[in-house]
Amino acid sequence: MRTSVLILTVLVSLFGCEREERNLQGIPQSVASGMPPVRQTELQAGPTVRDAGTYSPYEGNAYAVSQGKTLYNQFNCSGCHFQGGGGIGPPLMDSEWIYGSDPENIFETIVEGRPNGMPSFGGKIVNDQIWQLVAYVRSMSGLLRKDVAPGRSDDMQVRPQEQATQKARPVQSAVPPSAERQ
Amino acid sequence: MTPNFLKVYAVTPPCGWCTSLLVGALALVLACSPPDRRSSEVAEDRTASLAAQGVAAAGAAAVADDGQWIMPARNFASTRYSGLSQITTANAGQLQLAWTFSTGVTRGHEAAPLVVDGTMYVVTPFPNFLYALDLTQPGAPLKWTYKPSPKLAAQGVACCDLVNRGAAYHDGKIYYNTLDAHTVAVDAKTGKEVWKTRVGDINVGETVTMAPLVVKGKVLVGNSGGEFGVRGWLTALDAESGKLAWRAYTTGPDKDVLIGPRFKPFYAQDQGKDLGVKTWPGDAWKIGGGGVWGWISYDPELDLIYYGTANPGPWNPDVRPGDNKFTAAMFARDPDTGEAVWTYQWSPHDLFDHDGVNELILLDLPIKGQTRKVLVRPERNGYIYVLDRATGEVLSADPYGYITTTTGIDLKTGRPIEVPDKAPQTGKVVRGICPAAPGTKDWQPASYSPRTGLLYIPHQNLCQDVQGTEANYIAGTPYVAAIVKMYAGPGGHRGEVTAWDPVARKAVWKIKEKFPVWSGTVVTAGDVVFYGTMEGWFKALDARSGKELWRFKTGSGIIGQPVVYRGPDGKEYVAVLSGVGGWAGAVVAGGLDVRDSSAALGFVNAMKDLPQATTKGGMLYVFSLP
Repeated sequence: MRTSVLILTVLVSLFGCEREERNLQGIPQSVASGMPPVRQTELQAGPTVRDAGTYSPYEGNAYAVSQGKTLYNQFNCSGCHFQGGGGIGPPLMDSEWIYGSDPENIFETIVEGRPNGMPSFGGKIVNDQIWQLVAYVRSMSGLLRKDVAPGRSDDMQVRPQEQATQKARPVQSAVPPSAERQ
Repeated sequence: MTPNFLKVYAVTPPCGWCTSLLVGALALVLACSPPDRRSSEVAEDRTASLAAQGVAAAGAAAVADDGQWIMPARNFASTRYSGLSQITTANAGQLQLAWTFSTGVTRGHEAAPLVVDGTMYVVTPFPNFLYALDLTQPGAPLKWTYKPSPKLAAQGVACCDLVNRGAAYHDGKIYYNTLDAHTVAVDAKTGKEVWKTRVGDINVGETVTMAPLVVKGKVLVGNSGGEFGVRGWLTALDAESGKLAWRAYTTGPDKDVLIGPRFKPFYAQDQGKDLGVKTWPGDAWKIGGGGVWGWISYDPELDLIYYGTANPGPWNPDVRPGDNKFTAAMFARDPDTGEAVWTYQWSPHDLFDHDGVNELILLDLPIKGQTRKVLVRPERNGYIYVLDRATGEVLSADPYGYITTTTGIDLKTGRPIEVPDKAPQTGKVVRGICPAAPGTKDWQPASYSPRTGLLYIPHQNLCQDVQGTEANYIAGTPYVAAIVKMYAGPGGHRGEVTAWDPVARKAVWKIKEKFPVWSGTVVTAGDVVFYGTMEGWFKALDARSGKELWRFKTGSGIIGQPVVYRGPDGKEYVAVLSGVGGWAGAVVAGGLDVRDSSAALGFVNAMKDLPQATTKGGMLYVFSLP
């Protein structure tokens, strides 16, 4: 009896205080806390570990993607990348990706910035909106399902709709187009 | 000027060392640098005499030419006229390649190479290498390379490719600007950095792409960033130390714009207190643009510098009611103090991104029976202006391209007569705006020959559709708020070279090109005009008839400024950088996707076939007669 009480006490003290984890927003709070390692290369040191898949919450959410499109213009993403054709920044509607096409890669690109001119938006946009942006950016080159990608634009028509954009199989850009060696 | 000229030539050639030793005995400091000082004094005098030649260009025939090219526009008057005459209309057809040099950089090459004392200096686009090539040796081998290592992040706040428009030589040093808003002085002999001054902040969108001008021991530098909500300025740095001498802002209170008692603008619209604040809503002048990324001219007699200011930000005009002074304007200033003497605004409340930064060519022209000191400006809004450069009065303004946005310039008020239907609006698409945002002519400089009395203007023929959008200012990101889609103007060709008579106020001949002519022109005393096309052709024309005399296909599209010089072997050479890019060539230089018509601020729609016509890659080409 005394032994069972002791065991119970130990068990309670070990597990009793730990509550079920509930992520009320349903999304990871940051890159560090919830996601598999973000890689920009296929090469892994040691045995190859398969990643568990994406955490990107809006890959299949048409409303969130259209929100992403609005944010894309409001946060001046369009100022550099325009409606996907690029200008100051590289195109986003083509198949070439300098820093990776996975949602986690794009999330990191937005949060951390990139050395050849991509500003860091970390701490300036809430994560939920960043994930909406991520999903929209992927829709620009046809990486989302057609029924999720936006089918119309509120502004002057300057490109084929995201919905009508053929999927551009991502390839890695060998050299950042804008980066000459110093 | 003359006594100084005599002194230099009388003293230095026979016995430069004796003089130096004498000076050295008196002051040890001076004794350390006699060779440098000697050559630089000579160069300085050449500069002065060239400037005088340029200013007096109108009446004069070919004056003896020193064969060098020591500042961006060759002389202070910005004529880009070479007095060399070995290459003529008769023999230009025999021109052949003399030597080449790869820059190792693949962005748009807009710079003019400099030629000083048997050395050629080439500035590349980002990352802004400076190469010195030895013209005294066969094949012009590399003497040295200077690498300023600009911040990589600067690429993210450069509106229109990563260009650099060149350097200026003064007193033994090469001066130029780096994309990350620094000005550097490099020893012309050794390639060692003499000083480096940070002049702007990339975190608020400031870059520097313009070629500086050195006037009276001051290096004049201005910022780019009209698409990032910067506040424009022109800055004078001390040429010896790199320390700030003065800064004149384009917007804001009079004390910041350096407007004081000497300020006497010709037109009533430019008179009043603190117009740089009052012609803006609220604090919008603080992020109102008006950069200074174009050309500067200098008149040594009036002792005034002249330069233009860029577009107001954002492009969408709805959010900045008022005249938005002093953007899309120009200033005449005292080079010593920066004080404004007069101003004139080309485009009050600019509607179309019509930066007012193009070249200002200083000429003395016969106008209505009088010789007037004028400046001639082929302006982005489609008009060639002739202004009295002492007072700022507009003497004439005539269209040199197709215009739908205005019907003329009112010479009484100085204001353009606008067509209200063509004004862009938020949420509405306005079509058929001509000229488009890059204007009838952008940065690419024209040249002027005193022999023919003609300007040779490289330019474009583009129109556009525009829709204004919501404007959100986020520092370090674009502040444009407009969706643009450009296309060819009437005739379907996108480029032109126009020979313009500024006295008769008419075009004498025109050459049509498929793509915008984004290179500069140069004209010589042999009556030959040189320019390049975006397909990569380098062409020679008869300056009087426009007849093509010769062409050579370079490796990439040409957007550089050709220069003409006399080599140490006594031969006349023509040099140009090939390497497509710039705003017009961003589709190739940046690898943009042509399915998006609005890419690169809408220029891509007009350049969808450029990737089939050329590829990127920077290379210097030098030509001579056999």
